[in-house]
Amino acid sequence: MTPNQSSAHPWMANSLADIKQAMLKEIGAGSIEELFEQIPSSHRLKAPLKLPRQLKSEAELKRHLMAILSRNETCDRNLNFLGAGCWQHHVPAVVDEIVGRTEFLTPVWGSPQSDHGRNQAWFEFASQLGELLDMEVVQLPVYSWGCAAGHAIRMAARLTGRQQVLVPALLDPERLSVIRNYAEPPEMANHIEVVSVAHDKKTGGLDLEDLKAKISARTAAVYVESPSYLGMFEPRGGEIAEIVRSAGAETIVGVDPLCLGVVRPPADYGADIVVGPTQPLGVHMNCGGGVGGFIASRDEERYVRQYNGFLVSITGTTEPGEYGFSLSCSHQTSYGMREQGRDWTGNSVYLWAIANAVYMSLLGPSGFREIGELILQQAHYAARGIGRIKGVRILFPKGFFKEFVVNFDAAGKSVAQVNRALRRRGIFGGKDLSREFPAFGQSALYCVTEVHAKEDIDRLVGALKEIIAK
Amino acid sequence: MTEQNPVRGFHAARWNEPVVMELGHAGRRGQVFPAADRAVQKSVGRADELIPAGLARKRPPALPELSEPEVQRHYLHLAQETLGMMGISLFGTCTMKYNARVSEAVAARPELAEVHPYQPEETLQGVLEIFHFFDLILRELSGMDQFVFQPGGGADAAYTHCCLTRAYHKAKGQLAKRDEIVTSIQAHPCNAATAAAAGFKVVTLQLEANGYPSLDALKAAVSKRTAALLINNPDDMGIYNPDIKEWIRIVHEAGGLCFYDHANFNGVMGKLRARELGFDACMFMLHKTFGAPKGGGGPAVGAYGCTAALAPFLPTPVVVKKAEAYHLDNDRPRSVGKIREFWGNVPQVLKAYAWARAMGAEGINEASDLSVLANNYMDAKLARIKGLARSNPDVKSWRMEMTRWGLGPLKEATGVGTVDVANRMADYGIDPFWMSHEPWVVPEPFTPEAGEMYSKEDLDRWIAVIAEIVREAYENPALVKSAPHRQPIHQIKSGPLEDPNSWAMTWRAHRRKHGGTHGR
Repeated sequence: MTPNQSSAHPWMANSLADIKQAMLKEIGAGSIEELFEQIPSSHRLKAPLKLPRQLKSEAELKRHLMAILSRNETCDRNLNFLGAGCWQHHVPAVVDEIVGRTEFLTPVWGSPQSDHGRNQAWFEFASQLGELLDMEVVQLPVYSWGCAAGHAIRMAARLTGRQQVLVPALLDPERLSVIRNYAEPPEMANHIEVVSVAHDKKTGGLDLEDLKAKISARTAAVYVESPSYLGMFEPRGGEIAEIVRSAGAETIVGVDPLCLGVVRPPADYGADIVVGPTQPLGVHMNCGGGVGGFIASRDEERYVRQYNGFLVSITGTTEPGEYGFSLSCSHQTSYGMREQGRDWTGNSVYLWAIANAVYMSLLGPSGFREIGELILQQAHYAARGIGRIKGVRILFPKGFFKEFVVNFDAAGKSVAQVNRALRRRGIFGGKDLSREFPAFGQSALYCVTEVHAKEDIDRLVGALKEIIAK
Repeated sequence: MTEQNPVRGFHAARWNEPVVMELGHAGRRGQVFPAADRAVQKSVGRADELIPAGLARKRPPALPELSEPEVQRHYLHLAQETLGMMGISLFGTCTMKYNARVSEAVAARPELAEVHPYQPEETLQGVLEIFHFFDLILRELSGMDQFVFQPGGGADAAYTHCCLTRAYHKAKGQLAKRDEIVTSIQAHPCNAATAAAAGFKVVTLQLEANGYPSLDALKAAVSKRTAALLINNPDDMGIYNPDIKEWIRIVHEAGGLCFYDHANFNGVMGKLRARELGFDACMFMLHKTFGAPKGGGGPAVGAYGCTAALAPFLPTPVVVKKAEAYHLDNDRPRSVGKIREFWGNVPQVLKAYAWARAMGAEGINEASDLSVLANNYMDAKLARIKGLARSNPDVKSWRMEMTRWGLGPLKEATGVGTVDVANRMADYGIDPFWMSHEPWVVPEPFTPEAGEMYSKEDLDRWIAVIAEIVREAYENPALVKSAPHRQPIHQIKSGPLEDPNSWAMTWRAHRRKHGGTHGR
């Protein structure tokens, strides 16, 4: 063993005594410690750093990580019906290959020329999502659906000079909490009041009478979702958009892009700003770490000037006929204007935008139609099967996409009891809604997608029958 | 070994790859999904009848129609048309480092990728343990009492701090009166921007002769209106503010909170602790300092840590350990609620934990040693190149892990500025450098940060390329100003990007405005 071998760390090329000496000699310093002269000694560590043992052997590190992770159960080995903002969908292998490419995975920025391919992939994300949404402007994604809704609401407040947003009472409490933070507390000068609008008891959509009662000249925007947190499509989107327009406010619609091969895009019925999740488009659940949110609008300057993040535009180059891609209107962001910029921006989930681009290219119009149809049929098949169990009821049995609400009140069982029993059978039951929406009693939100086979759904229904009968 | 001529010939891949919207043939498929089982179809009927009246899509989306290998090859070509840190990327303020492939391989396993955050807690013990172990590591590095990983980046962590600042002062009944956040012009723009987005007025301190704002300027800015101080240290010039403890004392005395933006942690990790300096909260960028990849801008994590006094206000959930099991604590009545859905970019937390374990205390110390050594090594060699000027020339001490340089003299002599040089670097297979956040306080800035990954040979090559481009600038400025010449595309036209009649953020907008061509 040479003296160097013991100190070399595989991730640090200069972790060798002779190299450090050569570099110190080059600059005329006596020791590395000397280079930290700017930090007063009273600022230095009071007690030495104590961390778990170094694992610089990759073999050892991998064994350690897998030993911990193997304590997780997965949706691969169990039958999963959880959704609620993070959904289990098929991720094509080509998507995994492309986002695993080191050129896309590791860098930070580059220039429009040096990292041309990445910029083009971003443009293709926006272009394809734009086709699904029927909208001409799509920003690179923000952190999540809730964050996208939050930014869209703030856009609307700036556009209208008004400080109130109406949201559905049946909104995801997580998303609502994110929105409330973006809307700022009442003590702040630019506080946006968040007002809930009741739901239509039959469809689960917005109650239009309550909407009309609450909308006013103070309203900046009305935010609705289709499909909503609880899975239902908003059947009266066009009427809502008209009401909102006549009040001089903006219509913001949240939509799961995966349904848009079969369902009308919100722009088609009057949405001004459209937001939604990007995780369904080719990103693994990652324990909730796969989420992202998009924002889109018409290509009107008044909207474009309010975007907070990165807009990637096609442009030309000095070579006739050649395309390039670069940021547009970047000066209006916080990078350009600090606190005068639109909200703020920074790192987000731009690698997932490439996953989304590859996913949309793979599916094409036929893939989106097929997956939409398959999900609709399987989810309804599951809901009907479950709804036929004695004591079990589907709360909104029609007009949903992939999620639906199952109520166990008449069975005399709590969701927690049902889910524990399902768990013993290797099934993750739906998300417990009993604390979020007490009015719905013992209800759970079930999600069925293209990853399920008929046999999986039959197995769930059979297990629920057994559990309820006990 | 030192290469005889470290300036290597290079040419990027040039595929002239069309936009995906131009590719394909009607009817081709890249993925197919099975029709629903017959029994399913029989039970529920046609899919379009399951959609509420009037909501069925009328026209199919105009997406490309491609076979699977066509899609694969298209995006592989785009990957190859991305330099993407395959060169040498000394991108200051971003701490470029190795993103271990073993971490990628483990994160891609179904034990993490195919896990749902609402699974029962007992089925999530592995991922919760990673969160807890890594929380303990960050506590040891910072002295803070609790970390969360919900913020989706450094800016989101600054925003998180602003949300906590609101909750903290609201709990004391002072929010209406405390409406100012103090920061410096050298702090990342996100500090000022998130403070404003959270509803605060922003007070920005300017730099003085030493390279940082003076104590007097701080004292003049701080008052009973001060809600918090958001500050980095060292700054992007490589200068450490030695008065920082006094700063914190002044802000605390006025009743404000102090947040340490640890974006520049690489030079001080293992050397100091945020809490020991007096800070109430700090954030670490797991996608920078802790070896998780940047992905061209996320998924990222701004790990946010704070003292026990602030912990009740943290976003939910917080991972806690009770009786040898891990739990998600959502029952926190004083919490700010959610900054973002779920608990954060979980795979990045795993990768950061893996990095911290592979490094250990000795590796982390060595990495800050090597980063600071490498930066001063670069400073010494860059100083010998004509046309370059180091920021704050009067600060004679060794710099921290990065230094801001300027090409002001080169620009004056040749007309070649920092954008031109950055464009030209790629022609030598070197990733374009980071210039500076706005405003540019140094003319024609660039900010190299060597980090601990790159070899001495890499650094020598980077410096040799700068020297070569400077030589070109003096001898043939037009060559540099028209760069790049060996890239996937030529220099872009930036005018259309700012013109509402020309910009096109989607292919459909492009077709409407330009008929689908830029002269093609």
